[in-house]
Amino acid sequence: MAVNTGFTGRTYPPTAPYSVGRAKIREFAEAVGADDRVHTDQALARSRGYRDVIASPTFAILIAQQCDRQLIEDPEAGIDFSRVVHGEQRFVHHRPITAGDEIVGVLTVDSVKQVGGHAMVTTRSELSTDKGEPVCTATSTIVIRGGE
Amino acid sequence: MSHGVLSTSDVAVGEELPSLTIHISRDSLVRYTGASLDRNRIHWDERFATSVGLPDVIAHGMFTMGSAINVVSDWVGDAGRVVEYGTRFTKPVVVPYESGADVEVTGVVTALDAETRRATVELRAMCGTDKVLGRATAVVVLD
Repeated sequence: MAVNTGFTGRTYPPTAPYSVGRAKIREFAEAVGADDRVHTDQALARSRGYRDVIASPTFAILIAQQCDRQLIEDPEAGIDFSRVVHGEQRFVHHRPITAGDEIVGVLTVDSVKQVGGHAMVTTRSELSTDKGEPVCTATSTIVIRGGE
Repeated sequence: MSHGVLSTSDVAVGEELPSLTIHISRDSLVRYTGASLDRNRIHWDERFATSVGLPDVIAHGMFTMGSAINVVSDWVGDAGRVVEYGTRFTKPVVVPYESGADVEVTGVVTALDAETRRATVELRAMCGTDKVLGRATAVVVLD
């Protein structure tokens, strides 16, 4: 099934809030070898002006991929996940993701292109708190490899 | 306020950041799979990876991206100062069972704006002769 190029410009409803926990921040930081204690030590994080421990710079992918799932699991989008390769990723942080945040994501499909036998889909997840404070803009390009 | 964050006066365009070698083993990938919830089997199941045409298990691009930024966070003195970070995934990092893989990460300051206190760092991540991240750029806010 071909990827649906008519999806360009589509926006999905906000996701259910993701609760950012200290334990997940620590686990993610340890998994990528981020040993800045700002991810694990509340007192140190507060001394740097943060409300609580903050997430490492790519933690937002956890929430952004939750947003992307809406598109990937949309049968009309025609995306075969077993053929998906991550092509490009970008984060713009409006402020660090902090323990205690409740993060809501709004997914927009910025472009769907057919390039040779492959399809390229660029999505943007606008992550903000449940109070509407912008936190991070995560942009992702996936490549869906064409069939043989 | 001083807590070890670099000031604009400490930084110059062309400055090279201390480099980092990331050793990636199957253990690293299983831990990242759990932490990130990206459970794609190509990252931990050799039999599955080879069945879909890969040479072996490959690292998550996001694992490499997430680990490479430590070069910048450690240099600037606070991970919360990284305000922008983007990259392309140009080559997969193949992770053999016995030896694992090593990724060498280096960084250089390519722009500095004293007014906004922002520095731009270009990262280079090499696995052997393969450039595994393309156009990897981070922006940090200095003191």
